[in-house]
Amino acid sequence: MPATTQISIWSSVALPPLDSPQWKSPIRAFAWGMSSVASTVLTLVLFATYLGIGALAHDSHFSLGWVLGSTLLVWAGPAQIILISTLGSGATAVQAAIAVTVSAIRLFPMVVSVLPLMKTPKTRRRHLVLATHFIAVTLWVECYRLLPKVPRERRIAFTHGLGCGLVIVCMVATTLGYELAAKLPPLFAAAILLLTPLAFLLSTARNCKQISDVLALVLGLALFPLVSMLHTGVDILISGVTAGSIAYGVHWWRERARA
Amino acid sequence: MSEFFGSPHALLVLVLAGFLPNEIWRMAGLWFGAGVDEGSEVLVWVRAVATAILAGVIAQILVQPPGALAGVPDWLRYGAVAAGFAVFMLTRRSIFAGVVSGEIILLAGKWWLG
Repeated sequence: MPATTQISIWSSVALPPLDSPQWKSPIRAFAWGMSSVASTVLTLVLFATYLGIGALAHDSHFSLGWVLGSTLLVWAGPAQIILISTLGSGATAVQAAIAVTVSAIRLFPMVVSVLPLMKTPKTRRRHLVLATHFIAVTLWVECYRLLPKVPRERRIAFTHGLGCGLVIVCMVATTLGYELAAKLPPLFAAAILLLTPLAFLLSTARNCKQISDVLALVLGLALFPLVSMLHTGVDILISGVTAGSIAYGVHWWRERARA
Repeated sequence: MSEFFGSPHALLVLVLAGFLPNEIWRMAGLWFGAGVDEGSEVLVWVRAVATAILAGVIAQILVQPPGALAGVPDWLRYGAVAAGFAVFMLTRRSIFAGVVSGEIILLAGKWWLG
């Protein structure tokens, strides 16, 4: 996981050594998890993203309570943007649900890969439900960076703190974005709305690990404007599945050629 | 309170179209995760499709912009994002530098247009 080592720009929150007696208290572990939110530049990216989501919800005529509920319950930026923009442009709930669930499949491998870091022989499945809910790209990356510095039996408490801290930051950003879109002059409101495509384009580009990821991003951008001329109501799905499958096909073909 | 949350129907749609279709994959990972190989080919395809769907949403916001963003000319929206991406590449993939540059181009362009 080489990407995780270069993300921290300031390490103001120094965690105590693994064998320190300070780790005896789960409440302290929770607090350290929460304060670790301040140790990563990803928090800033997340803040900008949720400013954009709040503004998008406002301009798509959703209520503030609704969008705060989506941040708390959905807790995945891409899914929230898909939900707001599909429903906002007149898609049915079923069409929105399909687009959301396809975008959310990527959470499955994240959960599968990160949970073993938190488990001890005594851990039951129900102990992991809340930590699992918090898993999205930011928490996933941060768990790889931070959990090795936390004693194994305190990792769930630590993750709960980290997750709660990030959710609080994003709830504040959502509210701020929503209110700013309502009150700012159109010039600045447009700037806040542009945060969403900018932050997502760049963080997705940064997460590209294989040729299939890069191709999927480029083809997905190029194909949507073409497919949207068909006005199918599921344009996002058609362009996404097509572009993603072509990208995978190229990956498969290259792997075969190499073998 | 009803003004804060909007209609009960909208909240029901949030749970049925937003929360459940998203959360199901996290819980599936919790329940069935032990037996899945992280590097399997199916997951490569899933990640490619998920990336392309997100790319489509980014394109949708730029091509069919919501609200105040629709007041910005097409060329300025595309130009701001292209400039942000160029700076991102030049700064060894700094998301922060890219976002700030794109925003500056948008604001400067709109201000210049009057």
